[in-house]
Amino acid sequence: MNEKQNPLNESEKMSAPDAESGEQATHNSPRVPGERAPDAPDTELNVLWPSALSPDETTPATDAREEKTEAAGACEEARRETLPESRRSFLVGAAAALAGFGAWRWLKTSAADADSIPWPLRRAHEFNERLARGYFSTSRLAPTFPRHLARMPRTNGDIGLDVEDFAPAEWRLEVVSLMDGAKDEIAPSLSLTLADIKTLPRVEEVTELKCIEGWSQVVHWAGARFADFAATYQLATRSGEPLDVENKAADLVRYVSLETPDGVYYVGLDIESALHPQTLLCYEMDGQPLTPAHGAPLRLYVPVKYGIKSIKRIGRITFTDQRPFDYWADRGYDWYSGH
Amino acid sequence: MKRLEKKHPLAIRWLHWINFPLLIVMIWSGLLIYWSNDVYRLGLGDFTLFKFFPQSFYKALHVPFRLAEGMAYHFFFMWLFAVNGLLYVLYTILSGEWRYLVPDRRSLREAIQVTLHELHLSKHKPPQSKYNGAQKLAYTTVVLMGAGSLLTGLAIYKPVQFAWLTALLGGYEWARWEHFWLTIGYVLFFVVHVAQVVHAGWNNFRAMITGFAVVKTEPPAGETPAVESLTEEVAR
Repeated sequence: MNEKQNPLNESEKMSAPDAESGEQATHNSPRVPGERAPDAPDTELNVLWPSALSPDETTPATDAREEKTEAAGACEEARRETLPESRRSFLVGAAAALAGFGAWRWLKTSAADADSIPWPLRRAHEFNERLARGYFSTSRLAPTFPRHLARMPRTNGDIGLDVEDFAPAEWRLEVVSLMDGAKDEIAPSLSLTLADIKTLPRVEEVTELKCIEGWSQVVHWAGARFADFAATYQLATRSGEPLDVENKAADLVRYVSLETPDGVYYVGLDIESALHPQTLLCYEMDGQPLTPAHGAPLRLYVPVKYGIKSIKRIGRITFTDQRPFDYWADRGYDWYSGH
Repeated sequence: MKRLEKKHPLAIRWLHWINFPLLIVMIWSGLLIYWSNDVYRLGLGDFTLFKFFPQSFYKALHVPFRLAEGMAYHFFFMWLFAVNGLLYVLYTILSGEWRYLVPDRRSLREAIQVTLHELHLSKHKPPQSKYNGAQKLAYTTVVLMGAGSLLTGLAIYKPVQFAWLTALLGGYEWARWEHFWLTIGYVLFFVVHVAQVVHAGWNNFRAMITGFAVVKTEPPAGETPAVESLTEEVAR
């Protein structure tokens, strides 16, 4: 600070480094008391909202004499002399902007996964999934609504729902268990009818169907709890002991795969979402048996996922430790898509 | 008096400029998501003043059929946006910068006066510190909006695990609506902000990059920057 207050060698350029900021301000033109300096070009120096560092400062009236001695020229000089500092800031800024732009280009063009989004974005989905699964609890329930608010949702997807080669009368639910490294292509271990599913306790709920497109609809569902189904047929535990998602996660098979009878549409679920108490093997919506467009004879409803996971017209369910393929995840969406 | 003065701390400058592209990416990816259920509008009853958004707008920005991509970018950059915003808030609190930013009871009146002054409707320009009342209100509001975006975003991202939050915000559909309008708010803020920066001129803009500005003021006691001291010294 003292340096700055040094008397001046008027004609000599003198720089005054500011210890704090590292900025330099320089004065190199003579100043005489009372000398009238040309007014600074206001357009250049004007700050729309001029600042003072002390918030409660009420700018004291400037001494008229000082006002006159105030040297716009000096200011101009100072401004010019801060150019190195200024230039450095701008260069750093430009370099940072370039680096940012480069990172963006890299991200956009980094090799897509087999499923069409850049791999760093897929890794981000997986990172988010780990966090979400760590926090997930089957004790957190989706909000329920009064029944009069329920409507039939729009029939948004018809993939895997061809009518020609589907005979509802011959429909069976095939159930496969592949846990503990069992190989694929084994015979279905179970083949169930709708009547079999209906022997499980009937559950009704009025919850929101949330489409990944962004719309939602309160729907009245009826069906069997997926957890009851898994427990009854001892499909989800290695030990064969009763299900305990919260305390005995290691005993559970890790995933469930569901597909339409033609295999065209397929969904993968983490086991805890499948066993959530509100996840249903659903055979009624709005108090009526399922229509073909809504997945007759049996569909899934998962309240803790986007609607893409609530597969219609289930043909086959596989319990597996391998992470199942998923129709929309194969097309760039988040595999987990969990709520 | 005119002198050079430190205006914006290094951290504020970095966080400000990092936030800029992050917010753009969040808005852009949000738009890709919004397109697949673009239900909001300005209007009343059957009358629609403006639909968000016209097809021509989507076409111009290549928005259609990119929902998966939009979600992937949104859920990647949300972390950077959140962390950057949290660092900004933390820094302003720890450094004391918040004192310049948080409005007090005079700020609203001051904001009105400043606005009238800038619209050339009034000659009176109220005294101010680093930021005037209008700025304080705007800059604090936009930070609160950022917090709002994180909360409404979380409410529609995990509406079951954070059902209490979603309920607090009026439910899933309201949370989505709020999330959307906060974004429109950013865009409006951005338009006004850029217009003001252009209007304020180079010195003001440069301060956000270099940190210092040429200011008209009386130096506080004990601190006499170069230019000032020179004139005073000679004057004496």
